[in-house]
Amino acid sequence: MIELILDGLALRVAAGSTVAAALYLGGDGSSRTSVGDQRRAPVCGMGICQECRVSIDGQRRLACQTLCQPGMCVETHA
Amino acid sequence: MNAEIIVVGAGIVGSACAHQFARRGLDVLVLDSQRGGATAVGMGHLVAMDDNPAELALSRYSIELWRQWAPSLDPDCAYRNCGTLWLAANREELQAAEHKRETLSAQGIACQMLDASALRQAEPMLRKGLLGALKVSGDSILYAPNAAHWLLAQGGARITRRQDQVSEVDGNRVRLADGRWLTAEAVVLAGGIHASELCPELPIRAKKGHLLITDRYPGRIQHQLVELGYAASAHANTGTSVAFNAQPRPTGQIFLGSSRQFDSLDPQVEGPVLARMLRRALDYLPELGKLNAIRSWTGFRAATPDSLPLLGEHPQQPGLWLAVGHEGLGVTTAPGSAQLLAAHLFKEPAAIDPSPYLPGRFLPVPRPTEHSA
Repeated sequence: MIELILDGLALRVAAGSTVAAALYLGGDGSSRTSVGDQRRAPVCGMGICQECRVSIDGQRRLACQTLCQPGMCVETHA
Repeated sequence: MNAEIIVVGAGIVGSACAHQFARRGLDVLVLDSQRGGATAVGMGHLVAMDDNPAELALSRYSIELWRQWAPSLDPDCAYRNCGTLWLAANREELQAAEHKRETLSAQGIACQMLDASALRQAEPMLRKGLLGALKVSGDSILYAPNAAHWLLAQGGARITRRQDQVSEVDGNRVRLADGRWLTAEAVVLAGGIHASELCPELPIRAKKGHLLITDRYPGRIQHQLVELGYAASAHANTGTSVAFNAQPRPTGQIFLGSSRQFDSLDPQVEGPVLARMLRRALDYLPELGKLNAIRSWTGFRAATPDSLPLLGEHPQQPGLWLAVGHEGLGVTTAPGSAQLLAAHLFKEPAAIDPSPYLPGRFLPVPRPTEHSA
């Protein structure tokens, strides 16, 4: 298991989990808030739809294409 | 008679024409195949272009009409009066900027030169070393698909819009895909790149363009940023060219163009062309490399040999009126184009000289048939 930080709270996930999986396990499943103020979540799971854009260690990444790393800081309200 | 006017094409030009005729009290039927054209994919930059006097006259007049409409546009048209900065990277371009300033000023278009430090202050994301820019304050941006909807909605009950594919035009008649013919006092062909399918004699070529939009990064740029080499790229007649063009979307996204390619009708995004376009953009905005792109797509401009639209009656087909060939400037020049076409149809004096846009410059008037004695 590895531990990361999701919206300020510690979360433990199995090694090999994507950040998209972590969002479902530890949060509301959403990756971000849209320009129209809606919560958005991963859809395609293969790096195409761009819905799962999320802030990871201050950089915007795709949650479905990023594996969780120890100490990673994921922020869905950035 | 199925309507007083039939407009083929519900893009920005067809919608502006329908709007204009409805305002004059005519019943308008707008037929659109929903295949999409340049309106659906372009940048929506309302820009005074001055490569020749006729282009400037039509863009200046049209931007004035957009400005008058701006307060009543729906919010989703996303109209913003952000202005354009024409960027000078070297001495030649600085001279070109000064020349452009004189040309635009002579037509009453507000513009001013920014020196290197004023430019840096206005747009700190631009790379160091640019010599200055010409700021054209009256240029704007909008979201063209919604602006087209707004124009049609302004016509109220006078405008009927139908999804239908037109398979043939013949003067003031159009044939639908199911074989039925519809007739009107006048048919307006505003099908952009698709117009050639109905009138193969039109001198229209497709110019493919690539576009790319980033994720939201609010406040990074303030104006539409265009390199002064843009006009050279925009008016090239062969080969593939790219020019830096960046737009600040109201969402905070950065919208990037531009590329031009001839003789391709393949809508596929082409990696090498997109790469060239992005390298050009990185040259002006080095920090772009740290931002994420979320979409890239292509579109086709309907280009005429002299880059001016065809506005007027088809010389060989009485009853068929042309409003096509706007190339990359159709969103800008739709309002003026519609006014000119309406002035022709109503035989009224036009606000600007309509002659440079008449289709007769490319389509010969047929000679009367000669009978042998």
